[in-house]
Amino acid sequence: MIFSINWLREWVDPELAMADFVELLTMAGLEVDGVSKVAGGFTNVVVGSVESVSPHPSADKLKLCLVSDGKERYQVVCGAPNVSVGVKVPFAKPGAFLALDKEKSVEIKLANLRGVDSSGMLCSGEELGIGDDSSGLLVLPESYETGSDLHEAMELDDLSVDLDLTPNRGDCLSIRGLAREVGALTRKAPKSPIGEQNLPLTCDDVVKVEISDGDACPLYMGRVIRGIDSNRKTPMWIKEKLRRCGLRSIDPIVDVTNYVLLELGQPLHAFDFDKLGNSVHVRKAFSDESLVLLDGKELKLNEETLVIANDDEALAIAGVMGGLSTAVDDKTSNVFLECAFFSPLAIAGKARAYGLHTDASHRYERGVDYKLQTLALERATGLLQSIVGGNIGPVTITQKDLPVECEINLSFLNVERLLGVKIGQDEIVSILSRLGMPPLKLTDDSITVTSPSYRFDLEIEADLIEEIARVYGYNSLPKTPTFNSQRFVTNPEASLTDTRIKGHLAARGFHEVINYSFIDPALSRLFAPEETTLHLKNPISEEMSSMRTSLMPGLLMTLKYNMNRQRERVQLFESGMVFKQTANGIAQSSVIAGVVAGPRNPKSWTNGKELFDFFDLKGHVESLIGLTGNVEEFEFLPQSHGSLHEGQCAGVLRSNDVIGFLGRVDPRLARELDIPPSTFLFELTLSEFRSGNLTKVSVLSKFPEVNRDLSIVVAEDVSAAAIIGCLSEQAKELLVDVAIVDLYRSKEIGEGEKSIAISLTLQHHSRTLDDEEVSVILSKCINELELRFKAKLRH
Amino acid sequence: MQIENPLLEEALRAIEKSLDEVTLEALRVEYTGKKGRITEKLKKLGSLPPEERRQEGEVINLMKKRVFAAISARKEVLVAEAIKIQLDAERIDVTLPGRGKAQGGLHPISLTIERISSIFLSAGYEVAEGPEIEDEYHNFEALNIPQHHPARAMHDTFYLSSGEVLRTHTSPVQIRVMENAAPPLKIICPGRVYRCDSDLTHTPMFHQVEGLLIDEQANFASLKGTIEDFLHSYFEKELPVRFRPSYFPFTEPSAEVDMACANCSGKGCRICSNSGWLEIMGCGMVHPKVLEMSGIDTNRFNGFAFGMGVERLAMLRYGVGDLRTYFENDLRFLSQFVG
Repeated sequence: MIFSINWLREWVDPELAMADFVELLTMAGLEVDGVSKVAGGFTNVVVGSVESVSPHPSADKLKLCLVSDGKERYQVVCGAPNVSVGVKVPFAKPGAFLALDKEKSVEIKLANLRGVDSSGMLCSGEELGIGDDSSGLLVLPESYETGSDLHEAMELDDLSVDLDLTPNRGDCLSIRGLAREVGALTRKAPKSPIGEQNLPLTCDDVVKVEISDGDACPLYMGRVIRGIDSNRKTPMWIKEKLRRCGLRSIDPIVDVTNYVLLELGQPLHAFDFDKLGNSVHVRKAFSDESLVLLDGKELKLNEETLVIANDDEALAIAGVMGGLSTAVDDKTSNVFLECAFFSPLAIAGKARAYGLHTDASHRYERGVDYKLQTLALERATGLLQSIVGGNIGPVTITQKDLPVECEINLSFLNVERLLGVKIGQDEIVSILSRLGMPPLKLTDDSITVTSPSYRFDLEIEADLIEEIARVYGYNSLPKTPTFNSQRFVTNPEASLTDTRIKGHLAARGFHEVINYSFIDPALSRLFAPEETTLHLKNPISEEMSSMRTSLMPGLLMTLKYNMNRQRERVQLFESGMVFKQTANGIAQSSVIAGVVAGPRNPKSWTNGKELFDFFDLKGHVESLIGLTGNVEEFEFLPQSHGSLHEGQCAGVLRSNDVIGFLGRVDPRLARELDIPPSTFLFELTLSEFRSGNLTKVSVLSKFPEVNRDLSIVVAEDVSAAAIIGCLSEQAKELLVDVAIVDLYRSKEIGEGEKSIAISLTLQHHSRTLDDEEVSVILSKCINELELRFKAKLRH
Repeated sequence: MQIENPLLEEALRAIEKSLDEVTLEALRVEYTGKKGRITEKLKKLGSLPPEERRQEGEVINLMKKRVFAAISARKEVLVAEAIKIQLDAERIDVTLPGRGKAQGGLHPISLTIERISSIFLSAGYEVAEGPEIEDEYHNFEALNIPQHHPARAMHDTFYLSSGEVLRTHTSPVQIRVMENAAPPLKIICPGRVYRCDSDLTHTPMFHQVEGLLIDEQANFASLKGTIEDFLHSYFEKELPVRFRPSYFPFTEPSAEVDMACANCSGKGCRICSNSGWLEIMGCGMVHPKVLEMSGIDTNRFNGFAFGMGVERLAMLRYGVGDLRTYFENDLRFLSQFVG
């Protein structure tokens, strides 16, 4: 809410310097977002009276004006279309400074315009930073004294304060509400400048009101005003107050309803009585009912929406916006002024559901004082009549069950329990009384109060304690050191934290990235079938509307982003959730994934230029598996994955369950995404890496190890895992280590064949192995390899 | 005993002139080996008369000792020379870069979450996590944000067609913990959250760390102490901290926490919009309705909760200027964060 500080001062004057006032509001929970001047910087501008206007001898659009400042007459050349004899307008005298733009101010000097001398300048609102109207001169009220300083005449020594109010403080969405709050904080009782409204009734017209939803609309008041003069203009003082509170002047009727909205916080709506007819129904919209709003937008209403209707059709969305068909216009002479209390629940979310947000809905959603309607209607009637005249009809009141004020009991002990400090009873009583809650009942232990009709946020004891803390001052409350209670947290030693897992990859050269969890559906479709993908109903944009089913698409896009920025070697990982629609509902799981592409090693004198390959990536994955201390539970098997190269893809299994994949990107996908074909990816279920094994040391053998190398030739399709598995079976527990130490192919070996060299380490736990034993074991191994894989021993 | 013997002198001269260890070894064999020339003399002792035999024996032994001493001395010199030559020959340019230098690093958001977590872990808090797609009950209702409450407008929520939401805060994790564990509780909930908002100062996904403490002793004073201690610990600076009344549906009283701007120490600068203060986190005493809905006995226990935006803390600490940088994942940005 934006408000004018001068306007507030008419109700309560805190007598504080601006900075202190801002601090007061902010520290009471009414955060000041900004403070701005209500006019541009200018000097030497006075109220000028135009005494004569004559044509310029050599320019059609310019006029020669004689302007008085009360003492002297000045000849001023003026191009404004609305200059006329007798008007009072801002007159920048020679020597005046105007801040025509933000950067610098301009001096108004004697000038010669097309052969005629001009002494000074008549100004528009825009030129003075008073509003943005540049269509003509700012016409001032006749009551302004000619020659008086414009700052003083218009009381421009004012500030617009922008408050960022939290949704619980609907009571502060008016000058009156703010005055109440400031009064409570500064111990000054606010005074209402609204005098007694004694409006004689001179018209009998009434509108018959029928409320069919009393919960949504507990109170509906209205009155007819007949015979208004629609040619009248809104007076400057109202226009200025509206402007300084961020509202634009429209016409006297709208301006008055807005004025009362700002002053008291009560939204009002004026219908053109002749278009409305004699009856009003406050009801829920019918299905398939529609409404054209004031702004011309047509809405299909839903049955949840409360509307104001006549016998024929919906005319307005209650508490949100009026309709076009009954809007007041420049021909309106009879109006029906509506002033109602709609319950917050009936309005909340309704405007938003239609993409609307109005000053009225903003207030009704947060709660409008349900005891305010009579005052507001009388105030609006009085103001309206003073501007446009008319005959006032009687107020009709249609009332259902208004909210009941709730009694809240507060135990003094609980204040201390919640705040950690004892606040004196007198202080508590004083604070609550200033907030409009004098004690209903007061004992040594507790106080009972009634929540004011304007405070929808006060229901329970804790609400009152917050009020006490707030007015007492959060920063005056004590702070005690952090909790001391000692309790050890048991973290299983064998479990791996995500930090450890991520740190491990970082230490191995991976940079962590964080991508959005929602991706382009077109990208998503390349990785996962449509039926498993979840979509957002209200995405930021179409490109961010599918929940990722894998981290791969994001990683590949990030890879591409960086390669497009001349990073030729990219090594990235990400951990995060992926989301899938399954038969059993939504599955969300944490995964960790990585991508490598480009040269294996950073550019350096020590390194060649070989590119990353499958085994670089596999080494990283094996190293992650190593962290768990459960290596034997994991295995890699050739498997297929929709996004990976069918010949270079492994499934990672733990205890026979697939927990992830690694491999080269599928060449079709690489083409489609325009990324290097030698890009390698892995993606693993993170939870499988969180549990590890606590080390149990095995006894070291005191007896020597025996090393033997085997070199065999086998067909290409014989896997290393199969060979090692066969050796392990034959050598059993004597085989303490086995390593593939060489692998090559050549013409001599033959097409479709490969040579593998294996280093075996044998050891017995309780004695020295003799040569003969070793030879026997090796022969068994060789025989079995020949039998199973047609392996040929090389010598 | 002085000995003047041509054979000894010849041997000593040869040793002195030898240029390598191989020659030296050959000389040892030549003079003192099993068939060495000095050794040979010992073999001839038997033919001498007994009175000469003793004296001659002593002389020969002495000669052997002299030869051994000379060889060992010469050897030391030769080894020293050889090592000197080796050292000179093996000199390298140690300023050349080392091998295997590819350095990775964690994302600044992870680093920040890790730092926040480690501070709270050291005070006995435990980390709790939960789903990112939430039901409306845990994201809103259980936090005292009923349907149509204006506070829902504060959370621009992403919805799935099935009615679930992307969590708008990590508070639902606190609800899940309260539902499943008995107080006292001390937890923090780091994680990703989502709001349907995207501009210069908002990204539709960001990270929060929220904390919850439920205890018989919890009160506003201990909340203030906890927050202030944490901020001093996080920023390694004892900057002034202030608490401003605010509104969150799930806490009562609620506070916004400001810290004196770390950049200008409260004097006012561009980073703090000249206010001298930085809005840094929100907190409050857990609303009794929230406690009750999650089965906590409000006659016995109070709770406090707090929440902070990770991106903002990382910005302040590392000087990140533009929020969007975090999710562009430009390696030139990421590689500035090591460890």
